[in-house]
Amino acid sequence: MSVDVDKSAQPPADAPPPQPEPLKAIPVRHYGRWVAAVVVLGLVALLGRAFASGNVNWDAIPQYMFNADILKGLRNTLLITVLSMIIGIVLGVILAVMRQSKNPVTSTVAWFYVWFFRGTPVYVQLFLWFNLGLVFQYIDIMPIYKDEWSDFMTPFLCALLGLGLNEAAYMAEICRAGLNAVDEGQTEAAHALGMSHAKTLRRIIVPQAMRVIVPPTGNEVINMLKTSSLVIAVQYYDLLQAAQNVGRDSGVVVEMLILAAAWYLIATTVLSIGQYYLERYYARGSSRQLPLTPLQRAKAKLSGGFNRSAGGAA
Amino acid sequence: MTTKMTTSKAAGTSGGPMVKAEGVHKSFGTAHILKGIDLEVAPREVFCLIGPSGSGKSTFLRCINHLEKVNAGRLSVDGELVGYREHNGKLYELRDKEVAARRRDIGMVFQRFNLFPHMTAVENIMEAPIQVKGESRAAARERATTLLDRVGLADKAANYPSQLSGGQQQRVAIARALAMEPKLMLFDEPTSALDPELVGDVLDVMKDLAADGMTMIVVTHEMGFAREVGDSLVFMDDGVVVESGHPREVLGNPQHERTKSFLSKVL
Repeated sequence: MSVDVDKSAQPPADAPPPQPEPLKAIPVRHYGRWVAAVVVLGLVALLGRAFASGNVNWDAIPQYMFNADILKGLRNTLLITVLSMIIGIVLGVILAVMRQSKNPVTSTVAWFYVWFFRGTPVYVQLFLWFNLGLVFQYIDIMPIYKDEWSDFMTPFLCALLGLGLNEAAYMAEICRAGLNAVDEGQTEAAHALGMSHAKTLRRIIVPQAMRVIVPPTGNEVINMLKTSSLVIAVQYYDLLQAAQNVGRDSGVVVEMLILAAAWYLIATTVLSIGQYYLERYYARGSSRQLPLTPLQRAKAKLSGGFNRSAGGAA
Repeated sequence: MTTKMTTSKAAGTSGGPMVKAEGVHKSFGTAHILKGIDLEVAPREVFCLIGPSGSGKSTFLRCINHLEKVNAGRLSVDGELVGYREHNGKLYELRDKEVAARRRDIGMVFQRFNLFPHMTAVENIMEAPIQVKGESRAAARERATTLLDRVGLADKAANYPSQLSGGQQQRVAIARALAMEPKLMLFDEPTSALDPELVGDVLDVMKDLAADGMTMIVVTHEMGFAREVGDSLVFMDDGVVVESGHPREVLGNPQHERTKSFLSKVL
């Protein structure tokens, strides 16, 4: 077995230089890794045995995996996640720009918004939207629309406003951090060219802020998917609500909770993969060479075998 | 560097000095940076500002296009007050839009280049003509290509700033400023952030521009450039103009002690 040799200084592959004799050395043995692996496997086996022999009807899970009600709940969960995030991002960007504004009124309004919506639990906010009919009996947009508040504020709208407006407060802070991360010189250069404040923001600052904004936004989407399970508070029919209903009706309560957890895990895994590639995309131009994707890394490993010096670019 | 662009605006429209400063003061909080600057820059003149760091030369340069607000005194470009409008003996602060409109005619080159990293070289140059002047993409691209050729970087049009050397970035930055066809160019230590062997290329572009009749104010540590290209030179220290005159005079035969001691360190 050979040891790494620094290959970076060597000329390209089309003119192979005389290879130096690879160094022969006996690698360090990591006995601790083997011990740790055995212990972990043992614990996993014990845990698996406990669950398998427990009073859980495992067959119910695949049986209800694609149940129509469960799928409807899943669809609603995904729908409310996407729509709330859209509200959150759009409003968050607006709030971040307002916060930076030289106009003291707009910046104060933005500050109070973030203060309130970040300072109270989203669960409480959902309840408040649900019960706002106590304050406003009717919704009356004079010529266009008039209705009782309780008819207007459907569970869907409650969930959407509750989650979306709360998310906007967090997105505002993320966007503000992104805008602040762009070098002051960029604004100066744009201003020196005669660009207006709005144009500078739109053409110069925001595109550069995206690199900072995208990774935490991906986190927020994943977070939102799970937080959306709180909409049970406003009786919106989401994945968790569906799982509980099905569980109660069929007498498989715990099994359906495990099923819900499995669906959440599947959805967040898909989102995580998406996030990875999105971040990679926005890292272009900033780093000289992109990190390998897991697939490329696996290929490199396979082609290189155990001789690590043959790895590298696939 | 063969294509010449006539800088017809360089003579200015007022018939008077391109830049006129009378008793200009500037402070940041308690730090008094400029303590009464008086000077005049004539059209088509290459005006060099030298002095130790912290002497206020960059601050003064930034006041000229209103990146910094003057606290006291009058500062005008081509007969128009910077940042204010005078009406019936009263000063009115200009709106952001009006400030932006005046900046169009003043090009600025920064020490740290400040190219837009998410745009290619040619896009950097096209940006302001399209966004500010409403020029068509085709016209802007044509002009940008001509300017890139002028600064010797015709083959780097599609490169991003991160793929260019410091000297190349600075030459793109100069081309970007020229794309707005300014009547005045401000250079804020344009070669200070460059490796020594890259300085020459940037200075060549500036010399070319000077020969073309552009009015230029250059904050610099390049005494050779000042001597060879400059029409007048000012030595600033601690927020005041210590000595001014023709570069050869000031650099060759400094009168003040402070000028002498500064020059003995940098020459």
